[in-house]
Amino acid sequence: MPQTSQFCTFYLDKLLFGVELKGVQEVIRSLDMTKVPLAPEVVSGLINLRGQIVTAVDLRTRLALVSRPADTLAMNVVVRSDDGAVSLLVDEIGDVVEVDENSFEPPPETLRGSVREMILGVHKLHDRLMHVLDIEKACQMADVTGTAAPAR
Amino acid sequence: MSDSDIVQDFLVESYENLDRLDRELVGLEKNPHDREALASVFRTIHTIKGTCGFLGFNKLEKVAHVGENLLTRLRDGQLTLNPELTTTLLGMVDAVRQMLNQIEVSGQEGERDDSALISTLGRLQQVPEIPQKTQAAAPKIPAEAGVARPIGDILMQHAGVTQAEILLAAEMQRAGDPRHMGEILVEQGAVRPADVVEALHIQQASRAQGTASDSTIRVDVGLLDKVMNLVGELVLARNQVLQFASWMKDSGFVAVSQRLNLITTELQAGVMKTRMQPIGNIWGQFPRTVRDVAVGCGKTVGIEMEGKETELDKTIIEAIKDPLTHLVRNSVDHGIELPDDRVKAGKDRSGCLILRAFHEGGQVNIEISDDGAGLDAERIRKKALERGVITADQAAHMAEREIFNLIFLPGFSTAEKVTNVSGRGVGMDVVKTNVEKIGGTVDVQSTRGQGTTVRVKIPLTLAIIPALVVTCGGDRYAIPQISLIELVRLKADEVGKGIELVHGSPVYRLRGRLLPLVYLNRELKLAANTSSTTKDDSAVNIIVLQADGRQFGLVVDQINDTEEIVVKPLRKQLKTVKTFAGSSIMGDGKVALILDVLGLAQRASVITETRDRAVAEKTAESALSDEEKQTFLLFSGPGDSRMAIPLSTLARLEEFPATQVEMSGSQWVTQYRGQILPLIRLSAVLEERRNKLRSLATLPALDSGPIRVLVLNHEGRSFGLVVDRIVDIVEARADVRSAATRSAVLYSVVIGDRVTEMLDIPAILRRASVSVVRPDAAYTPPEVVN
Repeated sequence: MPQTSQFCTFYLDKLLFGVELKGVQEVIRSLDMTKVPLAPEVVSGLINLRGQIVTAVDLRTRLALVSRPADTLAMNVVVRSDDGAVSLLVDEIGDVVEVDENSFEPPPETLRGSVREMILGVHKLHDRLMHVLDIEKACQMADVTGTAAPAR
Repeated sequence: MSDSDIVQDFLVESYENLDRLDRELVGLEKNPHDREALASVFRTIHTIKGTCGFLGFNKLEKVAHVGENLLTRLRDGQLTLNPELTTTLLGMVDAVRQMLNQIEVSGQEGERDDSALISTLGRLQQVPEIPQKTQAAAPKIPAEAGVARPIGDILMQHAGVTQAEILLAAEMQRAGDPRHMGEILVEQGAVRPADVVEALHIQQASRAQGTASDSTIRVDVGLLDKVMNLVGELVLARNQVLQFASWMKDSGFVAVSQRLNLITTELQAGVMKTRMQPIGNIWGQFPRTVRDVAVGCGKTVGIEMEGKETELDKTIIEAIKDPLTHLVRNSVDHGIELPDDRVKAGKDRSGCLILRAFHEGGQVNIEISDDGAGLDAERIRKKALERGVITADQAAHMAEREIFNLIFLPGFSTAEKVTNVSGRGVGMDVVKTNVEKIGGTVDVQSTRGQGTTVRVKIPLTLAIIPALVVTCGGDRYAIPQISLIELVRLKADEVGKGIELVHGSPVYRLRGRLLPLVYLNRELKLAANTSSTTKDDSAVNIIVLQADGRQFGLVVDQINDTEEIVVKPLRKQLKTVKTFAGSSIMGDGKVALILDVLGLAQRASVITETRDRAVAEKTAESALSDEEKQTFLLFSGPGDSRMAIPLSTLARLEEFPATQVEMSGSQWVTQYRGQILPLIRLSAVLEERRNKLRSLATLPALDSGPIRVLVLNHEGRSFGLVVDRIVDIVEARADVRSAATRSAVLYSVVIGDRVTEMLDIPAILRRASVSVVRPDAAYTPPEVVN
């Protein structure tokens, strides 16, 4: 019996991504956001999640995809990272899917750069591929372009 | 309650008792006839002894037992406390503490040998042959804790009532006299009523002391944190309710919300208090520390404390304990001179250490001052040069204050001899690191011959603070009220003549003094639509702020209101943005950032940041698009051409003797702070390839004097750029530009009336590593290799 695991899926620029369900705290609609001037580009801002201040990371920017059209509202996938809750901004929420480990494959060699670190691999669903995102890596706010202040 | 719980309780309680013992013993040494303190010391040891006997820690019991015996003699006046006795008793306290540690770690007492200590304690309790009569006659102090002393006892001691009179009165009471002891005595004329009143006060005080432990409970800090968070939420909800109440015209609702407001405020104050501890808690051990160090190096040092009651958050208290201890030890060991030297210098034989704590500008200031010899700027300068911490050029230009602060650099110690306390060059840098870790700063000031003051400033992190809410670029920002001095509003028609320019920098004449102005939208690089603030046709709001002793005016779009806000720390990753101290949730549920006034002032160069803390956040590329003023390092390149890099890319300026340069392949390298630092010669990078290869393979001539190196960090790699001469550090606008005339140069710019080439650091690295690290096959090999 192959092991199965559940994934919360979402779309970014028509690509299907998934994060492990157990790492997801909640999914919420677009919230008022406060921008953080001078912060790394991936930080979209801060949101008030029932009294808790959560940093929102724009996954499109993080994954070096084209930025979201201005007229669409992002959804928040709030995940638990080592450093507290982080909200990942995505285009649209998909289903919760259950996959077994047989359908998993590591990312192809041709996938390069910083994006490769964040994508653990893909699950071959019957009609499309689901990119498995590493939550910890995705939550790191160091700028992909490397212009953020280096940690001492 | 299980056994281990009992042991745990015993440990916690005993540690506290031991800390108190330290304090009391040192206090007793000064005033050996303080019977109350002696009795208290005795009780403490007695309790420890009793409990270890019960728990079966026999060794511990044995040590405590001989200690107790010695203390009995002291208490009964058969012996008088002298320095030797104090040292031994303190030794016993340490031994007990070590054993407790051992028990905490392993559950066992361990294989300690305390026979030496025990025999010393035993020897010391031998009563000298001629006991001091006056002491022997003193009355005994009841040893039981928590029981109020009988009033008769007190009256005997303080009011000169004889024992016979007391006994008579007690006899009368027993025979059925309903009156109090005091009343009977007054009636008999044995004592004045005023004395009885005083005695009752003393009795009251002793009773209060006894019950203090009953009125406190131990609470898990985690639980307190949770309560604190909930109160924070409540404050936010209260703010929302208040806002709502101001719209509603329902008087009933308004009344209720006002009550809610009051209660919340009080609750908040109460809960905040639970986490606050007076700094006296950690200072308590310093008399002991000072005594130990002073005795160890043959000095006499007194300690004075001011502002013991200054409260700090528990977590901060813990974080600064070690740094402060180190500073105190250091002051005694280095700061204060030996008694004979002090007398020669016309000072009192015994030195004095003053600890001072107070709140200022939203921060807690802690000062450690000694009246010792002060720092020797010349010696530090020399030492710094010897160690290669600064260059000769720098040394010549450094202000005295900057020189003093060099003592916080790693590996720096000017102590001539190494003692077991200090002089090994570790410590001051650790102090600095630890203080900075919690967002504080350390500064040292010194006057030759008069003493040294180290000032530690620590921010209040966890707090609900009053703040001024302002709007800029459409978002709200909170400014801690503490940094706020005043608000100035310039009407539209006053703006033109009110704001003047000093060589491009806006200033405002505030009561005759020039106040530098900082535009928040420009500092935060907010959207351009807020440029209206600079137009002459709209009013300007200036917030006069104070940071690190400097005042400056912050120009914002709009000033909203003051509000109590709950400071929520920024996530780790966002902490690199120095301009913000935290975030908070406003009454309407939206998040607002809290401005870090100090960080903002540094960013706007109102106050200059110390050199080694400059974060390399701006790369040469971003400098291109940056229209604002920047600080540049100017130096001479080959052929005396003027070149510059943004100061922010610079990690350090160094000077190495030519003998320290070694070859690794065809690369110059040097050993630097335990690493191999590649050295890139600017002349080689910029010269024609043919010449470059020739010069690359040779070491510098040994007699060519020290080489000057800019240590730079680029993408996590450190490397040194060898330049001919360092010229200056200037602040300038890099807006008059022309395209570069050679590679490895970004553009040319006019700085200080000279055309200056701005170096392209990534390009230099690329060029250097192409030719050095991975030699291309197409290259001709070096022609001459000497």
